[in-house]
Amino acid sequence: MADRYSIPITRRFEGLPIIVVFFVLLGLFMYTAPQVFLAPFIYTTFLSTLPPLILLAIGLTFVIGSGEIDLSFPAIIGFSGFVFAVLFKEYELGWLAVAAGLGSGILVGFVNGVLIAKVGIPSFITTLGTQFFWFGMATVLSGGKSYALRGANETSVWQGIVGRPFAGFDGPIWLGQVPMQAFWTLIIVIFLWFIMNRHRFGEHVLFIGDSNDVSRVLGIDVDREKIKIFTLMGFLAGIAAIMLTLENKNYFGNQGQGYLLTAIASVLIGGTSIFGGRATIIGTVFGCLIIGMIEAGLVASGLTGAWVRTIQGLVFLIAIISYLYLEEPQKRAEMAARFGLKREFGRTGSAEKPPVADRQT
Amino acid sequence: MELTNDANAPAAQTYANIVRLENVQKFFGAVQALSDITLSIGRNEIVGLIGDNGAGKSTLIKVMTGVLSPTSGRIFVRDKEIDPTGYSVRKAHDLSIETVYQDRSLADKQPLWRNFFVGRQITNRFGFIDIRREKEIAEDILLNAIGFRGVGITVDSTVAQLSGGERQGIAIGRAMYYNADLIVLDEPTAALAVKEVRKVLDFVRKIKESGRACVYIEHNLAHVHEIADRLVILDRGRVVSEVTPQEMSVAELTDYLISLQQHG
Repeated sequence: MADRYSIPITRRFEGLPIIVVFFVLLGLFMYTAPQVFLAPFIYTTFLSTLPPLILLAIGLTFVIGSGEIDLSFPAIIGFSGFVFAVLFKEYELGWLAVAAGLGSGILVGFVNGVLIAKVGIPSFITTLGTQFFWFGMATVLSGGKSYALRGANETSVWQGIVGRPFAGFDGPIWLGQVPMQAFWTLIIVIFLWFIMNRHRFGEHVLFIGDSNDVSRVLGIDVDREKIKIFTLMGFLAGIAAIMLTLENKNYFGNQGQGYLLTAIASVLIGGTSIFGGRATIIGTVFGCLIIGMIEAGLVASGLTGAWVRTIQGLVFLIAIISYLYLEEPQKRAEMAARFGLKREFGRTGSAEKPPVADRQT
Repeated sequence: MELTNDANAPAAQTYANIVRLENVQKFFGAVQALSDITLSIGRNEIVGLIGDNGAGKSTLIKVMTGVLSPTSGRIFVRDKEIDPTGYSVRKAHDLSIETVYQDRSLADKQPLWRNFFVGRQITNRFGFIDIRREKEIAEDILLNAIGFRGVGITVDSTVAQLSGGERQGIAIGRAMYYNADLIVLDEPTAALAVKEVRKVLDFVRKIKESGRACVYIEHNLAHVHEIADRLVILDRGRVVSEVTPQEMSVAELTDYLISLQQHG
């Protein structure tokens, strides 16, 4: 009976299964595409292209961990990117443009939060609506134009956010390609890991994801925390928008569209529960690495780009099913019963037997 | 049972009633859930709250514990009137009133130590949790207040791994740790196996032995009859009767409740 209370290995080492999968995939690609994956440049490319995805996925980890969903962040990338780009290029406001871009992201997130927590519309519907609204706003205001930020790399904004700080130094060539956004993202990820795991706010996120009712009874201000969660998401999407715009030195309205599925997939591949209540920042980061690596790896291995989404979708589904199987004993038993693998529900051997007899749920 | 939380040392016991409701009404839209409830809970008694489904038991304890605010009426805590609009779960906690709900007291996927402290974490001034301290205290509650010794439950176990009776034990142990002067139990034995029910009733007795008061809502008349000092019977939002277990047997109580239904 002792193992009834023991903690599964997946929870004792945060993100362990996905870290293993990551290294297996990495090994696989080193074998199928050695010319790419045994050279340093693919990795410096990851450092400049993955930060927006990681920031979005980290924000989503809080959202999904709290049992909600946000579909509006691609539009935030469009809208915040527009606010930033127009103020940066047309009005030459420099760092003020950065502040305005972040502010607009925070505003959109805050509005989402209020609609969800105070008005009480389910987050799926709210953010589906705001996604159209803000994307439309960005298109209307920009007149559908894109903004090329030529010469941006002369500015302190570009240098500070997406610059290449080691570019002039002696050393290996790849070192000169290490971009600033990788450092910013690393700092934010570490900080938010502490928030999720060690801070009152992170604990509230997980309890809300577990049950809104229990959280209220325990004295958590559920509405206020939800507003904070969506505001954080908006803020991170704002940073991602600015990074993306500066890195590409170009703004275009649907620059965020490709991130919807990849960001959600990264979070769920990482091991954050689709039902809320369990979230892992480390898992999410490795989820992003896997999603990014599949993209580069498949193409480098000689498959066409059309395969990328197919394989990503497949990995996504396999990951979700594995987590269900690994971490939800009740679901595992039901699943087994449905496939006729167990004749009698509940008689599953002590190791995985949930205390069904006297459970209240 | 010596475990106490110094930060919330119990108030000097100079009051007659821990909670007193006067003429409390509660409407949900046009529906009147509570009408004219006047009820006192003494300092060290177990009050059983009984009545059929929809009699208003749950609404009444929600008003008492700050989850719902009454439409009208007055609430006194330790004989002092409180402002009902400023009353909340947090406020009730501050006033040493704790609630143990049937299935809403603990978050399933979270470890026990987080469940003990969520909502009033031990943090530094930036809000970061002192995990080591929280775990130490949780361990102490687990071993000493609840008495889960040698059964394999640790502070890192998740609630989902516990049986129904063990969950109630955790929730009651938590309430006692916070030095609640009043612990409200909402059907703690519902859906429990017989052996588990015994454990829970033992926990309830511990509440009284430690000098606290308890309001106990229960469907099962035999359970509540066994441990309550006083029984308050609700019917359609009103207090219709108050008796002691000595005055009425379980069978008489059952007949009485049935007759209430028929004469409505």
